[in-house]
Amino acid sequence: MLGAVDRKILAKLQGDFPICERPYAEAAEQIGISEDELLQRIEQLLADKVLTRFGPMFQIEEMGGAFVLAALAAPEARYDEVTALVNELPAVAHNYRREHALNMWFVLATETKDGIAEAIARIERDTGLAVYAFPKEREFFVEMKLEARL
Amino acid sequence: MIDDIDRALIVATQSGLPLVPRPYHALAEQLGLSADEVMRRLKTMLETGIIRRIGAVPNHYAIGWTANGMTVWDVADEQVDQLGERIGALDFVTHCYRRPRALPAWPYNLFAMVHGASRDECSAKATEIRSLLGDACRGQDILYSTRILKKTGLRIGS
Repeated sequence: MLGAVDRKILAKLQGDFPICERPYAEAAEQIGISEDELLQRIEQLLADKVLTRFGPMFQIEEMGGAFVLAALAAPEARYDEVTALVNELPAVAHNYRREHALNMWFVLATETKDGIAEAIARIERDTGLAVYAFPKEREFFVEMKLEARL
Repeated sequence: MIDDIDRALIVATQSGLPLVPRPYHALAEQLGLSADEVMRRLKTMLETGIIRRIGAVPNHYAIGWTANGMTVWDVADEQVDQLGERIGALDFVTHCYRRPRALPAWPYNLFAMVHGASRDECSAKATEIRSLLGDACRGQDILYSTRILKKTGLRIGS
């Protein structure tokens, strides 16, 4: 269960972390705690896996790279093996199991546009499974900021 | 576009900012730059959109959003962009994209992520999307995630 202070950290710090000499001190002041406490709490939230990361989120397309959502249908008996083969690639930024015939959905993030085709070819070769690529044709909205509700 | 110094900054920060009182100074020292240059470059990357934002990236399961549904829709091509804008503007939709179909296996061309503390909450949100799409919608599904298999974010090589 998250306490009130941790909730406040999640509510206030999913963006707009300052760029200045003492950013944690500045952010801590907004939350009403000390710099030291904020640093300790972030460390604990990371250790508890409430946070997966604390830092910049990059938009690789703005630097000439590509993000592509892709999926495959992994046979149940091979699910763990296929997961390991897919996750092994550094280009796989996220990977989720989903309930559907296409039961593995992952995001490829590569520094060059060609990197996507290479990653897909590698996954198809390693797993022997067809990869479906769903590159975005248009983005309507992205704002992944969810407040804690526990 | 980015230069080698920006790239080194990305490599140094993609797994997280240093958890020390002066994180930008720590990065500067690590990369042999001045702290002013580190901060100036990060600000520029924020302005140009190379950095989407800086802060906490939560594991949404751990903070109570245990039902995560990718709603997918087969929407008439001539209406998908206009309707996509409206779906994306719904406050409970966190991502919304038009993507290619992969026929015959995959007829859906509009993807909208919804989250809830339960599947009922997600399906109520999907119903709301459905009513906005009206006659333009020819098919739909919700793919719930049942496990995070990996969530590291971007990792480019050093």
